[in-house]
Amino acid sequence: MSQILDPQYAIYTSGLTKSFGSYNAVDAIDLRVPRGSVFGFLGPNGSGKTTTIRMLLGLANISSGEVAVLGTSVPKGLGEALPKVGALVEGPAFYPYLSGRDNLFRFDAADRNADSRTRAQRVDDALARVGLTQAAGKKVHAYSLGMKQRLGIANALLQPRELLVLDEPTNGLDPQGTREVRNLIRALASEGITIFISSHLLAEIEQICTHLAVMSRGRIVAQGSVEELSAGQTMKLTLVTAQTDEAIGILKGEGIDAIADGNIVSAVLTSEQTAPEKIVEMLVLAKVGVRSFTVQAPTLEDRFVLLTGEGFEVAQ
Amino acid sequence: MLGTISLIPIALSIAVKLSGATVLPGEGPPFLDRVSHNGLFVAFTAMVVAIPLFLPLTIGVVAGDTIAGEASTGTLRYLLIAPVNRSRLLLVKFVGAATFSVAAVVTLLLTGIVIGSILFPVGPVTLLSGDVISIQAALVRILLIGLYVTISLMGLSAVGLFLSTLTVIPVGAMAATVIVSTVMQILGSLPQIAGIHPYLLSYYWLGFADILRNPLSLGSLWSNTLLQLSYIVIFGALSYSRFTSKDILS
Repeated sequence: MSQILDPQYAIYTSGLTKSFGSYNAVDAIDLRVPRGSVFGFLGPNGSGKTTTIRMLLGLANISSGEVAVLGTSVPKGLGEALPKVGALVEGPAFYPYLSGRDNLFRFDAADRNADSRTRAQRVDDALARVGLTQAAGKKVHAYSLGMKQRLGIANALLQPRELLVLDEPTNGLDPQGTREVRNLIRALASEGITIFISSHLLAEIEQICTHLAVMSRGRIVAQGSVEELSAGQTMKLTLVTAQTDEAIGILKGEGIDAIADGNIVSAVLTSEQTAPEKIVEMLVLAKVGVRSFTVQAPTLEDRFVLLTGEGFEVAQ
Repeated sequence: MLGTISLIPIALSIAVKLSGATVLPGEGPPFLDRVSHNGLFVAFTAMVVAIPLFLPLTIGVVAGDTIAGEASTGTLRYLLIAPVNRSRLLLVKFVGAATFSVAAVVTLLLTGIVIGSILFPVGPVTLLSGDVISIQAALVRILLIGLYVTISLMGLSAVGLFLSTLTVIPVGAMAATVIVSTVMQILGSLPQIAGIHPYLLSYYWLGFADILRNPLSLGSLWSNTLLQLSYIVIFGALSYSRFTSKDILS
């Protein structure tokens, strides 16, 4: 129990499980979200991400295991932890007949910890932060999906937070909106706020995260810092040359299996093998004419599919 | 909704006024025959007409929507992580539904008094016991009836609140609440099960005639309050145990 309350973690779970009947939607997961990190929480649809988030926020009961949020045991200490947490859970939700500003007023008024004297100022600041100042007086039912999404983020930013839980924050946003949200997340992270962001838009995550966890069928299949997770990864080497035989010979000499297709030589390189720049040097010294030499690290998408499987049937 | 409620006394008075013909005692709803003699009876008649169906309907809509309505729009999860304590949210929602009952009853009685005094003469009121009381005393009686009916609706509000914690579809909770009220009244009309009648939510609903007698008897007011309180306690506890342990998956 003392370990779970370790203050260096914003979220710490130990054997966290959620079962619906005999089916475990979340199966004994051990999440470690360090404070100050931008933590990407990945997984296919139905892999248990949102259910996990619901348990972290006390919306769903925990079947077994332990959870601590910001060093406070949950659900017992929810009243203490939640005021420091801003969240966007499974899409924004608002009262459609109220304006954007009135919606934020209503949610802020519901929070007993919120100071009513600073409410108007805080609401306006949050609206400005997501670029909704112009549309603040419009009724929410007239908002586009992207505007609702931004209003949802504004709602999470009504108070100074230590942790932001953002479930699919760029859902429904256009490219400009996506970029704005990314910049916003970077800015918030630079203020020292821990950001826990769930998404299946992998390109998004790859650009901003410092840490990752990948869920598949209710379990965490990989977790750690981005560097840790890319270590030991294989890279794809592509070489264009007229002297394919010589090139393959040199690669063989370094213990690298390569195949030629026309004048393209390709090989799979692991991080333990000879460094790519060394190979180029050897090729040039051997007077092999190099027209093009590329080393491609696998994209997050490749790794994601590798970890979670292919096809529509990956989630149950 | 309060606007629709005010239509009842208005429609009733206009109908009586336009028909011109004297309504015979025993014709139409109780007190209708007295409306053209004394405008204050519009309020009594409107109340008798509205209690069995119309008021329970509006209570069903309001109480059924309390939790299920928030759940269906998804705002429930944002309220809970704001954070709002679940038992506090439940209490606030019940107070909201109870406030609506007060507003509904006040609207009905007030519109009745106003439209009645515009369209008909107003004077001392003859009670069911034959005694005649002044307008002021009659207004006190109307106030008592308002209190009586408001209390009558509290138990149903608690039932509606509980049903609202069971579903994320507000229409379902609303319909179920109205069904409960209707079934209670049907059971209350079957003499074969007279033994359970005193425990039915609707048992005292039309019992406010006592308040229109001299000497003023508040017996049914107390019994009704006790009955409604029991419903509030039982269904309040059920709502609490259900809502505080529920997974919010909407």
